[in-house]
Amino acid sequence: MKKSTKTLCSCIALALLVGFLLYMETLKTTQGMAVSILQKGAIFSIAAVSMNLLNGFTGLFSLGQAGFMAIGAYVTAIFTIPTEKIVAVYYMNGVSEGIMSIKRALSFLPEPVLVLLALIAGGLVAAGFAALVGIPVLRLKSDYLAIATLGFSEIIRALISSPQMDKITNGSYGLKNIPGFGGENGLGCLLVPFGIAALCIVIMVLLIRSSYGRAFKAIAEDEVAAEAMGINLAHHKEMAFVISSFFTAVAGGLLAMYMRSIEAKTFQVILTYDILLIVVIGGIGSVTGSVIGAFLVTASKEWWLRFFDTPLKIGNFQVPLLRTGFRMVIFSLLLMAVVLFWRRGLMGNREFNWDDIPRFGRWVKRKFTKTPATEGGERNG
Amino acid sequence: MSLTTFLQHCLTGISLGGAYALIAIGYTMVYGILRLINFAHGDIFMMAGYFMVFAVSSMPWPIAIVVVIVGTIILGVAIERAAYKPLRSSPRMSIMISAIGMSYFLQNLATYLFSALPRAYPEIPLLKRIFQIGDLSASLVTFVTPVLTVLLVIVLMSIINHTKAGMAMRAVSKDFETSQLMGIKINNVISMTFVIGSALAAVGSILYFTDRMSVTPFSGALPGLKCFVAAVLGGIGSIPGAVVGGFLIGICETFLVALGYSTFSDAFTFLLLIVMLLLRPTGLFGEKITDKV
Repeated sequence: MKKSTKTLCSCIALALLVGFLLYMETLKTTQGMAVSILQKGAIFSIAAVSMNLLNGFTGLFSLGQAGFMAIGAYVTAIFTIPTEKIVAVYYMNGVSEGIMSIKRALSFLPEPVLVLLALIAGGLVAAGFAALVGIPVLRLKSDYLAIATLGFSEIIRALISSPQMDKITNGSYGLKNIPGFGGENGLGCLLVPFGIAALCIVIMVLLIRSSYGRAFKAIAEDEVAAEAMGINLAHHKEMAFVISSFFTAVAGGLLAMYMRSIEAKTFQVILTYDILLIVVIGGIGSVTGSVIGAFLVTASKEWWLRFFDTPLKIGNFQVPLLRTGFRMVIFSLLLMAVVLFWRRGLMGNREFNWDDIPRFGRWVKRKFTKTPATEGGERNG
Repeated sequence: MSLTTFLQHCLTGISLGGAYALIAIGYTMVYGILRLINFAHGDIFMMAGYFMVFAVSSMPWPIAIVVVIVGTIILGVAIERAAYKPLRSSPRMSIMISAIGMSYFLQNLATYLFSALPRAYPEIPLLKRIFQIGDLSASLVTFVTPVLTVLLVIVLMSIINHTKAGMAMRAVSKDFETSQLMGIKINNVISMTFVIGSALAAVGSILYFTDRMSVTPFSGALPGLKCFVAAVLGGIGSIPGAVVGGFLIGICETFLVALGYSTFSDAFTFLLLIVMLLLRPTGLFGEKITDKV
């Protein structure tokens, strides 16, 4: 396929996507499930791509995502909860003076600007934490790094729910009344998360394609060789860690807006595992894989596999096994199957390319006609 | 804090530490041989708790304990065969992801089979009998746990140091490939490790849950991670190290809770881990490993 054709295809696909999202926004009341899955998919695609940036492209196996998402979520929530409602949220312990003065100082901003500012602030706080933690922790190798970052995310969770932080994080009561996406009439409820997700992912892709990104890949390939080629290991690892944490926290902030109310329990290790599953299913080292994985996993978990959870009767025959919880068993079995037998995931370490579609078509044709394909034109790009 | 309460907390801490130590041994042995954090180990421990709940309801408790240990061993070895064996030659990250997936699967399976509500753990009357020494009072399980732990460790150490199977284990943990060339059947050795680890996890789970009174599908995750920390603290791959680490974490945790910092008790464990990894990455008893290119 020619390059201009590909650009045209991309533009058409983008226009179709925006059109589809706008159409879905008008159906918000009737298609609530689909809309909320699309929102969640967009949020998790940021988290998955930023985890992939760290785990896939830089080869640093970090399991601290839930902690950074918690930081992003809490900062965003504190910034965006309407000032008139905040006292009611903190009814048990009162609000700290610091938060009130920040909120008063920012009260002149219109809401969309405030939301953006909140997300960026959440990202920056998380990046600051990551920079501090990264200095000692990134000296560790593979599984030690994994367990140390996992431990760090548990420390954050304990700090958030501790009584000493009551006036800031509302302790174990959590935060409520966080404004959701879009206005009263549902306008922008999809375009906002998708727009932010697209922006974040584009920035990360640009980073991966830059010289820094190549350095990250070199580190993932072989640390010793990368160092011998003049790559400053500590500097680049720290950079990947901080940037990944920033975007993870942005995803956390969006998650807070999606859920409308958060508590420390939302950000348990299981959340990190969920993101890891998306990355693994999409393919470690593939950005498009992570994005596709995010939507696929969210949709199948919340929607397509739902029927496993409801008891079913065909005639007089009670279908065995179907009851609450079976969906997650099937889901984890699918994951294990991917890990064991289909280790490359959906995309392996390749990216989506428009050439894949005719190639996929030929592959399907070969499969179903059972005769070896004779046209044999694999190279027409 | 008066001396009596101090001693009382010491007792509780040592008892908790004993259970942790037994689980930590499972981590340290698997890591020593496969270089894998067996994330599913905490969930094997949780499953052992459920096995006990069902075993006691249908048979007398001494038989039930044996059944639970055998059941847990079968589960542990089955997990190794299904999830870790096919990935033996693949990169470490995929085995670790497989272990995480297995832990995820066990938690979901337990939620499906036994529901997420906490289930009462059966009381073994003998273990629950209250003993009184001076002002201190504690149930028998508190005294049994550390003694049993030390006893089991002594048995385990003599197996490892004085039998042929133990020698094979030491050889495999020293150098995986060379020991294969020397005619050691790697798969048998690895299965053996999982047998020992799971059996100790089953004993640990009986001691741990008898004190806690209830099991949920998620009650294995956090103790599991803490026990891994204990293993790292003592020096991964070293069995006495894991035991010392387990007791240390158990005692520290109990005192933090006693002093009113219960929200920080989990965080403290991980802080300890990070500090330890920075100051002395090989742990208290670990051997120094040099990086090979």
